[in-house]
Amino acid sequence: MVYEKHDVIVIGAGHAGCEAALACARLGLSTLIFTMSVDNIAMMPCNPNIGGTSKGHLVREVDALGGEMGRNIDRTFIQSRMLNTSKGPAVQSLRAQADKKDYSASMRKVLEETPLLTIRQDEVVDILVENPVDDSVDSKRKISGVRTVSGNTYPSRAVILCTGVYLDSRCIYGEVSVPSGPSGLPRSTHLSDSLRELGLPVRRFKTGTPARIAKSSIDFSKMEEQQGDEHVVPFSFENINKDMDKDQESCWLTYTNLETHKIIRDNIDRSPLYNGRIEGVGPRYCPSIEDKVMRFAEKERHQVFIEPEGRYTEEMYISGMSSSLPEDVQYAMYRSVPGLENAVIVRNAYAIEYDCIDALCLKHTLECKDIDGLYSAGQANGSSGYEEAAAQGIIAGINAALSLLGKQPLVLDRSDAYIGVLIDDLVTKSTPEPYRMMTSRAEYRLLLRQDNADLRLADYGHRVGLLSDERYEDVCYKRSLIDSEIERVKTVGVSSSKEVADFLSGFDSTPISDGAILFDLIKRPELSYEALAPLDPERPEIRPDIAAQINIEIKYEGYIKRQKIQVAAFKKLEEKMIPPTLDYDLVPSLRIEARQKLKAIRPASIGQASRISGVSPADVNILLIYLGRGDFKSE
Amino acid sequence: MYTGDTIAAIATALSPAGINVIRISGENAFSVTASLFRSARGKDFSKIRSGSVSYGFIEFEGEVLDEVLMLKMAAPHTYTCEDVTEIHTHGGILVTKRVLEAILLSGARLAESGEFTKRAFLNGRIDLSQAEAVMDVIGSGSDLARRNSMKQLRGDLREMIGRIRESIILETAHIEAALDDPEHISLDGFTETLLPKVNGLLEELKSLLASFDTGKIIKDGLNVVIAGRPNAGKSSLLNALLKEERAIVTSVAGTTRDTISESLDIGGLVLNLTDTAGIRQSGDLVESIGIDRALKAAAEAQLILYLIDSPLGVTDEDKDNLKSFSDKKVILIYNKDDLVKCTGDAPLGIEHSVRISALTGDGIEELKELIKSMFLAGTLTAGHDMILTNVRHAGHIREAVDSLTLVKSGIESGVDEDLLSIDLMDAYKALGMVTGEEYRDDLADKIFSTFCMGK
Repeated sequence: MVYEKHDVIVIGAGHAGCEAALACARLGLSTLIFTMSVDNIAMMPCNPNIGGTSKGHLVREVDALGGEMGRNIDRTFIQSRMLNTSKGPAVQSLRAQADKKDYSASMRKVLEETPLLTIRQDEVVDILVENPVDDSVDSKRKISGVRTVSGNTYPSRAVILCTGVYLDSRCIYGEVSVPSGPSGLPRSTHLSDSLRELGLPVRRFKTGTPARIAKSSIDFSKMEEQQGDEHVVPFSFENINKDMDKDQESCWLTYTNLETHKIIRDNIDRSPLYNGRIEGVGPRYCPSIEDKVMRFAEKERHQVFIEPEGRYTEEMYISGMSSSLPEDVQYAMYRSVPGLENAVIVRNAYAIEYDCIDALCLKHTLECKDIDGLYSAGQANGSSGYEEAAAQGIIAGINAALSLLGKQPLVLDRSDAYIGVLIDDLVTKSTPEPYRMMTSRAEYRLLLRQDNADLRLADYGHRVGLLSDERYEDVCYKRSLIDSEIERVKTVGVSSSKEVADFLSGFDSTPISDGAILFDLIKRPELSYEALAPLDPERPEIRPDIAAQINIEIKYEGYIKRQKIQVAAFKKLEEKMIPPTLDYDLVPSLRIEARQKLKAIRPASIGQASRISGVSPADVNILLIYLGRGDFKSE
Repeated sequence: MYTGDTIAAIATALSPAGINVIRISGENAFSVTASLFRSARGKDFSKIRSGSVSYGFIEFEGEVLDEVLMLKMAAPHTYTCEDVTEIHTHGGILVTKRVLEAILLSGARLAESGEFTKRAFLNGRIDLSQAEAVMDVIGSGSDLARRNSMKQLRGDLREMIGRIRESIILETAHIEAALDDPEHISLDGFTETLLPKVNGLLEELKSLLASFDTGKIIKDGLNVVIAGRPNAGKSSLLNALLKEERAIVTSVAGTTRDTISESLDIGGLVLNLTDTAGIRQSGDLVESIGIDRALKAAAEAQLILYLIDSPLGVTDEDKDNLKSFSDKKVILIYNKDDLVKCTGDAPLGIEHSVRISALTGDGIEELKELIKSMFLAGTLTAGHDMILTNVRHAGHIREAVDSLTLVKSGIESGVDEDLLSIDLMDAYKALGMVTGEEYRDDLADKIFSTFCMGK
């Protein structure tokens, strides 16, 4: 039968799907979200934590746009730590251990309570499109809805693909190969074919997860305890001045040893990764333990973190030892690790292979270039990680909604956000492995800090309509206070009196000879804006989060200025748009490789074109000149 | 309007003779020019009218490089529609390149091939058919430039830059890996080991930059000064050398009126010859000014042809003069050999000598062979590990030195490692421009291949 028409259908209720569906419904569109299992909405099938280096940035950015992930982990964390506190502010990252069940249930509740959002457990097998109205270049196929395994049709104006690792997936360890999604959940068997029929480039990736071991079988006395931070910093800017403290669970650190490595090496021919039974391409950044041992043979031990999966479960996640070795080898290898001698495995480690699309077929809005109204986000796009998924989910959701509302799309660029870097990399470079966010991928990372995500993105979140007026006003207030306070400390003089000298010597700071400006003192490594308050009697009352911004802006002024100059140069090329219908065969003098790549990717801007491998600076110049005829000739 | 950064290039085909034109275009064209140009009439740069020609000097770091004509043209009525200045140099190839270098060190960057025309087109100055021709130029020019660039890079230089880049990216990868995976990879004590490494790289790159002068000999020619007592036959030698080569250029008065410069090619090696006033003790004021200049020219020379007036033999004055050249390469030339053979040991142990008659031309061929054997057969290069010959390369290496200097001072003042990594990567990219290697995902690749990351 044919059901009532929805504005948007989201396929999959993982981290991408939840953000996408919430964004659409909150922006006023009737939204239907399909999941294979309502009990597993926003499930965390692998590591039991949210955030971490650069991923923490993504969560903050999702939150600054008005997304849910930050708030949800704030509700459900059982341990929280700020990483890299000994390093610069740009690379500090939050990471929180989640209670997995609680995280999932809490997100499900948010979805259920959101008006205009309907949850449906069913398997989508077909994506339905209408053919182009005519055969002009601008005329494209258009989304008309989806069909479920029972043969029923759900019409819609847009579809967002958030299929995670469920497409034609296979879980593998040793000789065992199970056609299923993660944790034995049902997989989707037909949708891949539908994507192929639509002409989307489907490929096969692989990832893996370690075993879960019963807590009661672990001897923690042989491990190092890792506690959470005493003072918890929340993910969501909404909670930034709230007290987040609660009882926290511990994680534990132990190590592999030469015996572990010998067990693995002796059985390496039984690893599907090494005997060719796995074809999918795996990520280099989270290698299985057998990969680590084989590739870094000189290392005598590897770290293993034992992390709780939740408060009310015995299961512990064995971080650092993902594997696809056979069950008997898994037992032997885990039991060789100090503290795990009597380990009882609850769930085996396994590798999972799945279908995903090559995101080169998408625009920066995450809409498919060739099919109007089809969006895709998350692991379906070849990324990896909950946070990467959520980041794409909210962007796909926002753009699907904006498009149906007849508004301008939201595209964040590489100088706006890690989200911009993530999406630009996915749609520009054919990433050869599941893509993980890294701070080194963000060329303007000094500007893209986790602490200023609200200042960077609130304008977008509010303009789009996801960020509340209240939160937006707070950001505006924060911004103006930061600016005026930085200007003010430039005018505050500090005398060279005895008291000042004594004060400074308390920080091991050299005394000043004939007076100084407060602004310059803040720059000294051993001092800070906060620390200098006693020398600044006129200082207004300032919230700690605002004081921190003032301090960073002043201390890193030189580097920040340099990055801003680079951003200005970058923006110039980003703003030179290339018409989507440009016929590259008509552009003279392009080198063959460049022409092929440009035809395949159809970059949105000269800036994007310049980042395609195989397109040289000379090719970019030629494009610039060719395009100079039309759109961006002199104004 | 399309506005880019400020670019500069030599706009004429470089000729050792006559006038060369350097063009500067972009929003800083005027400020860059103003920082180098001194009007002969003492007029302030900002007061110079657009469209007018000014006579004056290019001064850089306290030194007059050349006497020039300068055209100032304000946007938008210029070829590129941007602010443009043109500097007409008079001192030949070497001087022109030095002026260009001064401009590049003052805030402009070297233009890519076709870039002025590209800007002209983007700003609506020229039409499509002209622009299409430019696209071809850019297409072929870039390939040519790349090929040339590869050829220009001697294997050992390429190897050295490659090694330095590898070392830089390895250190950066260590920092980045630790930032991304702080629980597995530590930076404890890292900067203490990084500092000596950065110092080592800086030293290598700086000495490479120092060899830039030497490298320019091959590329821009050898500065040769003809010196000797008055009437030893200096002008005759100059004429004799020039006479042999028909393709000689008109003589151009240099910035110092009483030295004469000429260029000639002796089979692959360009000689930039300067004839000087005779050097002798003099009470005559005007003459002594000429002598001072001659000595100054000699001081900047890479080779001195010192003429002995054979009939007079080696005088005490000659010996004094030669002493002042003791740190230079000198060829002792016994002129007027057809009249009197000069005998005796070469003074001051000067290794190279030749007997000629500037008048008959005898021995000139021998002299040229001697010069070539000294400078092309490896005598010169043997003393240096590396030779840098290209302005563009030198520019990028200088950028790398600047970035690494920031790393060094950053380590010393205790800057966070993630900031050091930014400057390290800038150095890495700058050096990649020398070897023509593009930067894509090198860093991520290096991190994954070197460090065992993650869960």
